[in-house]
Amino acid sequence: MKIQVIGSFLVAVLTLAIAPSYAEQSDGQRASTGGAQTLQDVLARQKGIEVDESFRRENLGDPDKAQSINNMLGTQGGISNADVYRGIRYSEVDIKVSNNGPAADVLVQDGGISWLITRATSIRGYAGYGIGGILVALIAFYFTRGRMTIEGGPSGQTIERFKSFERFGHWCLAGSFIMLSATGLLLLFGRAILIPVFGHEANAAIATFSIWVHNNIAWVFMGSLVAIFLMWVAHNIPNKLDWDWLKQGGGIIGNAHPSAQKFNAGQKIIFWMTIIMGASVSVSGLSLLFPFQMPMFAETFALINAVTGSALPAELLPHEEMQLSHLWHAIVAITMIIAIVAHIYIGSVGMEGAFDAMGSGQVDLEWARQHHDLWVEEEEAKAGQAGR
Amino acid sequence: MKTMFTAFAATIVLSFAAYYIMSGMGFSSAEMQSAPSVRLY
Repeated sequence: MKIQVIGSFLVAVLTLAIAPSYAEQSDGQRASTGGAQTLQDVLARQKGIEVDESFRRENLGDPDKAQSINNMLGTQGGISNADVYRGIRYSEVDIKVSNNGPAADVLVQDGGISWLITRATSIRGYAGYGIGGILVALIAFYFTRGRMTIEGGPSGQTIERFKSFERFGHWCLAGSFIMLSATGLLLLFGRAILIPVFGHEANAAIATFSIWVHNNIAWVFMGSLVAIFLMWVAHNIPNKLDWDWLKQGGGIIGNAHPSAQKFNAGQKIIFWMTIIMGASVSVSGLSLLFPFQMPMFAETFALINAVTGSALPAELLPHEEMQLSHLWHAIVAITMIIAIVAHIYIGSVGMEGAFDAMGSGQVDLEWARQHHDLWVEEEEAKAGQAGR
Repeated sequence: MKTMFTAFAATIVLSFAAYYIMSGMGFSSAEMQSAPSVRLY
């Protein structure tokens, strides 16, 4: 253990020591190359050390130094082809194109490689291990803890847990989320899994279908997210009971039945996660649905920089905005999928009687007393007042 | 369960509605990204 700690420390120290020395060497060598790229720049880049690109970004030629048209080199002017290409690469020149889009005049954007690599490695890895991990954990939990049953068995009497419009809203959200998750994962893993198994043509057909479903069913998700928020926000305000519920592990471990109102702390966590992350995934999704129309990362980074003093890039090209929207969309969506898989487990096979709440809307009275005792008292008091 | 299946059916109907409404409003990528001088159809 100590050797590992010492090893990590040495690696960190060496990295910190080497990085500035590369930068210094580059500056020294650059004078000898007339301001062009040096071997040290290349080596530093290969080692993943950030290189100050300003020597290239700002080296765009000078038209004022152009040779007179009568001179031998006059037709070459003050800007060489290399100057022009550098200007295009770093979007430092005024480009005229006949296209109309806001990104049309950006001819080269090399950040796409980072986006592609991140999507193919980190995002796919996070999705695969995250979703696979939660499935394995839930199967293991099921076989160790077993199904949570109604203590003493069902009473045979029922109470209305959710009205039909609440269930309708829930299932619109759930149905659209499941379809969005499935099609999103097909798009994410198509190239890595579907092409080797089913071939390019099959993947092309699946991807075309998936993107159509994803783009259009998204509106149902966004609409039902708003409906769910309006219907249940009043019942999901955190209070002291939630802390007591959490301290007792919600009764998931052991046989305790901590008191809860209409929604317990676990359900409130799922509610707020769904609302906050659902809103975030919706906004980034809208940014992807309307390419280049809703840039938001540059402004967000500028705000974060102003508050925290960080140095996030506050100027982004239209393509970079789209790449960041896509990555953020995927990260938030995968996190939601992981949480919702656990929610589906506890609402179906994990707990006896739980599915009825969203299935028929009628739950067993004994189940309701064990899991939402204070809500049952409120409902019975309302029924008593109405019966008078 | 009837409510659940009704919601799923509504989800499919609303998706098609979204597709036709958005296309009708001119939010296709081709229309958003091309100059007025470009004849799309």
